[in-house]
Amino acid sequence: MSAARKPKKVEKHKEGTIILTDDSSIKMEVAIDDIKSEGDYKKSPVYIYYDWCKKCGICVSFCPTGALGRKPDGSPYVPHPEKCIHCEMCDRLCPDFAITGAKR
Amino acid sequence: MPKISQKAIHKFLRHDKNFPHVWCPGCSNGIVLGATIRAIAELGYKKDNIVMVSGIGCSSRMPVYVDFNTLHSLHGRAIAYATGIKIVKPEMKVIVITGDGDATAIGGNHFIHGARRNIDMTVILINNNIYGMTGGQYSPTTPYGDRTTTTPYGNIDPVFDICNLALGAGATFVARTTAFHVIEAQSFIKQAFEHKGFSLVEIISACPVIYGRLNKKGDASAMMKSMKENVLPIKAFEKLSDKQKKGKQKRGIFVNKIRPEFIEEYDKLIKSLQDEKGRK
Repeated sequence: MSAARKPKKVEKHKEGTIILTDDSSIKMEVAIDDIKSEGDYKKSPVYIYYDWCKKCGICVSFCPTGALGRKPDGSPYVPHPEKCIHCEMCDRLCPDFAITGAKR
Repeated sequence: MPKISQKAIHKFLRHDKNFPHVWCPGCSNGIVLGATIRAIAELGYKKDNIVMVSGIGCSSRMPVYVDFNTLHSLHGRAIAYATGIKIVKPEMKVIVITGDGDATAIGGNHFIHGARRNIDMTVILINNNIYGMTGGQYSPTTPYGDRTTTTPYGNIDPVFDICNLALGAGATFVARTTAFHVIEAQSFIKQAFEHKGFSLVEIISACPVIYGRLNKKGDASAMMKSMKENVLPIKAFEKLSDKQKKGKQKRGIFVNKIRPEFIEEYDKLIKSLQDEKGRK
């Protein structure tokens, strides 16, 4: 495996990173500033991995409560975090594994 | 249906492969991959006991991204390879991921004979109505009148009903669902895994970038909404008049029965012949 194909490793477990597996060293970075423009990262009900998102808009159009919205470039964000009911529909319908609304 | 979190799915992915994956924005293959992994996580199978086999096509890129024993084989021959694996290692859970062109056009023979011989494997057939990877040629499931790159003035061939084909060939578990009905898809895939014998789950999926664009079907969400309206449960479909049935499909489990399975019969034959020799 060439070095170029390996995923970008996050050195420190800073706020906004998710450890994928409990034992692995591979971590995936989440742009926390993009989840919600203002407010607390820990209070946001939905994680979006912008590195994997292809902006297809499925999560936004099938969100049953309208918690998700689309930015001008098409990528999703959370304009109404209080509306999220953790139904995980965005989880299941995302073709890119780029969003999770699971309860933490 | 228990909720399997996204974190659990990541345990089954190969993160050293290039993510995000190769499929176009809005392609349903990723949704089917998610449903498959959720079903496996729910059943608690070990990674090492699963073999995922595929042929060539968009959907057949799937084994590249999952951390099972995987085999990316020739165009249309996935079921032939899977038969070989199943005979050598009968304890393995064999999953075949295939597309509509892969299974019913080029691999049509393998598909019907796999169903006839009732070999214990699960075939997940992702039907997107087109050959997406090779440039948008028409496939046996392209609806009448639809445009593709090889039928620019409309397709004149009638479509293959894949579930009826499998039923006629003698498959023992046949189900159809869509990528929109993900929870149903997960439950059908789970039942197909638990079933002993040839099991087929046809998943109608959206190809918004090639098929959708050529036929002006709208974006991925519009195509998935049309699936919701046009693919009805068996009971609701039967209530419709003949005129209303036009352009609609039924989804659900069409058959779930037990029939002598190929590997078991083969083992029995070997055992009976060995016993006969021992007596002499």
